[in-house]
Amino acid sequence: MTARPALVPGAPRLASVLRAREAGTAALVLVVFGAATLRDHNFADVNSIQQLLVGASLIALLGVGETLVIVTRNYDLSVGSVLGLCAFVVGDLFRHQHIPVWSGFVIAIALGAAIGAINGLITTVARVPSLVVTLAMLYIIRGVDAKLVNGHIVLPSQVPSAFAAVGYRNILGIPWLAIIVAVVVAAVGYAMRTFRPCRDLYAIGSNPEAATLAGIPSGRRVFMAFVTSGALAGLGGALFLALFAQVDNSAGVGYELNVIAAVVVGGVAIFGGSGTVVGAALGALLLNTIQQALVAVRSSSYWSEAIAGALLLAAIAFDRWLSLRVARGLRSAKGAHRDLSVADRGSPT
Amino acid sequence: MSSEIAPPAPGQQAPPHVPAGDAGSRPPLWRRALRWETGLVVVLVAALVFGSSESATFASQTTVFYAGINIGYIAIMALPMTLIVVTGEIDLSVASMLGLSGAVLGDLWHHGWPIGPAILVALVAGAAGGALNGILVTKVGLPSIAVTIGTLTLFRGVAEILLGSQTIPTSSDRPFPTWLTNIGVVPVPGTELSYTTVIFIALAIACGVVLHATPLGRAMFAAGLQSEAARFAGIRVARMKFWLYVFSGVICAFAGILLAAQNSSVSYNAGFGLELNVVAIVLLGGVSIFGGRGTIPGVVLSVAIVGSLQMALTQMNIDPNVQQIVIGGLLLVSVILPGLGRGARWLGSRPGSLRSGHKPPWARSVRHRL
Repeated sequence: MTARPALVPGAPRLASVLRAREAGTAALVLVVFGAATLRDHNFADVNSIQQLLVGASLIALLGVGETLVIVTRNYDLSVGSVLGLCAFVVGDLFRHQHIPVWSGFVIAIALGAAIGAINGLITTVARVPSLVVTLAMLYIIRGVDAKLVNGHIVLPSQVPSAFAAVGYRNILGIPWLAIIVAVVVAAVGYAMRTFRPCRDLYAIGSNPEAATLAGIPSGRRVFMAFVTSGALAGLGGALFLALFAQVDNSAGVGYELNVIAAVVVGGVAIFGGSGTVVGAALGALLLNTIQQALVAVRSSSYWSEAIAGALLLAAIAFDRWLSLRVARGLRSAKGAHRDLSVADRGSPT
Repeated sequence: MSSEIAPPAPGQQAPPHVPAGDAGSRPPLWRRALRWETGLVVVLVAALVFGSSESATFASQTTVFYAGINIGYIAIMALPMTLIVVTGEIDLSVASMLGLSGAVLGDLWHHGWPIGPAILVALVAGAAGGALNGILVTKVGLPSIAVTIGTLTLFRGVAEILLGSQTIPTSSDRPFPTWLTNIGVVPVPGTELSYTTVIFIALAIACGVVLHATPLGRAMFAAGLQSEAARFAGIRVARMKFWLYVFSGVICAFAGILLAAQNSSVSYNAGFGLELNVVAIVLLGGVSIFGGRGTIPGVVLSVAIVGSLQMALTQMNIDPNVQQIVIGGLLLVSVILPGLGRGARWLGSRPGSLRSGHKPPWARSVRHRL
């Protein structure tokens, strides 16, 4: 939990309600973790916790980019296929061109950002709904990926060991993968709270017309959100390659809806204007913890998907209730400055 | 067929207005000739010509039969999806509903039920799942895209609980009755069409008549264009949307049974990920993702295009995954072309007149009254 900018004094109840959202997600993670540990003591093993973090990290990373896009009332359905394409392209370069290890990350991020730029350009210049654009891009990228792979899967022996080490090495017991994702979450989370262009994203998602009238260059901001989402999906591709050291054309298939689910569970409003990247990352961690806990407790994962779905419905219903409450609170509040402060925080009212 | 509906184009987000009813305000002939469907017909003809020139076996009845087998059950799900998108909502749970109904059928069959009651229960499960979507969207007032992503996961999860990793019928089960599994093998007597094709055509005619020739259909367009205005005009928007979700659930459950019959087996992951294919078909058919625009003939043409391209590319031994480039490219071009036209008009007019941040209706949360 990061500290949040203080709301106007006099609205402490509202502030606590808003603040509770990520804390609630984090608490749920702990509850699930605790319950699973009670049933199976091995669940609190270092190994098991490492698995929890690693398993959540890719979805959390993609969730960071997706949050930026969803906050502006757009959608990026192409993240899963961008991840798959970048993972394969980097793996292919490793085996045929023997590029240096560090450049694998650079190339993956650059390729992802380029695809994100295409998404962003089409969405903002041609003014086409982003859901349609990124859905079409999902298919195109998948097709390109399949054509590139064409049966020649990247195998573990073809990935440089220094690169694959990123996928399994730890520092003080914490997996590198989790550290990288945590750094990204912290950096983007800080930026989203602090920097004006990032705050603009909330303004655009809260009320696009008002944002434009306030002089916010909406198109440019939305474009940057898509580029960031693409770049992070690209980075996710590099990390996927490091983690599994094996890539075929099914890498990342179906991730897009998992990512959106994690983001929504983490408290990002699907209609834009509110939510944090920390919440999104916690949402990914919660879904993964539930899944692993079910495996540990029931020694079967059959229930995990149904529970994830029910949880997702509960999360959006809760957010709806929360926003209705906040709206009521705003209406009854006397000072106009209060409205401003909360509108800036992006409550979907 | 009401001709005063403006030419639909995906992403064409002209300021929502209810089309004028009087014949005096009809657009000029060239505008009417430029309908979305005209473009689709051209693409379809091109696809057919391309297919028959590249593959000797393309222009045959076998192709038509197998196109029906391959795409029929997806196309059937596209029809209720069209109606739902026209009313300004979306249903992403369709493919999971298909999987769930198959799982219900398989589970009951596994436990010794006769096929008839098992099918009936599977259809009821579809209605129940659709009702859940409908209640969450219309009664609780949640955005339909979030709700149906949730039920997408939920329905698939329930299917997984029911069947686990087994495929029904297992080796110790009775096989499905032959009259049912024949759906995937023999055409409808007297024709060369698969059962799914015939069912799709019948359903498409029914949906087309309802959407384009009844007050209910007009109400769907009205709800998609301006939900509030439609409600004030006396249309029970929430109730209509609720029943559309139920309809979608039943139809998708039915598609699940058809798929089970075609494959002679069910597993929990049948049709995994097809929801986005269904959405792509509907959007390519010219239905606006913002609601209020779209035609059933357009969606039927879109199904025909996707089906014939798939068959042509398959007969040319092109990897099915690579075929996605063609489908995705078509979808992209179909939204960019009208978008660029708008952009050009926009350059000539003043900035700021565009609805840059129009919130799609399925992302809105409005508390309706049932």
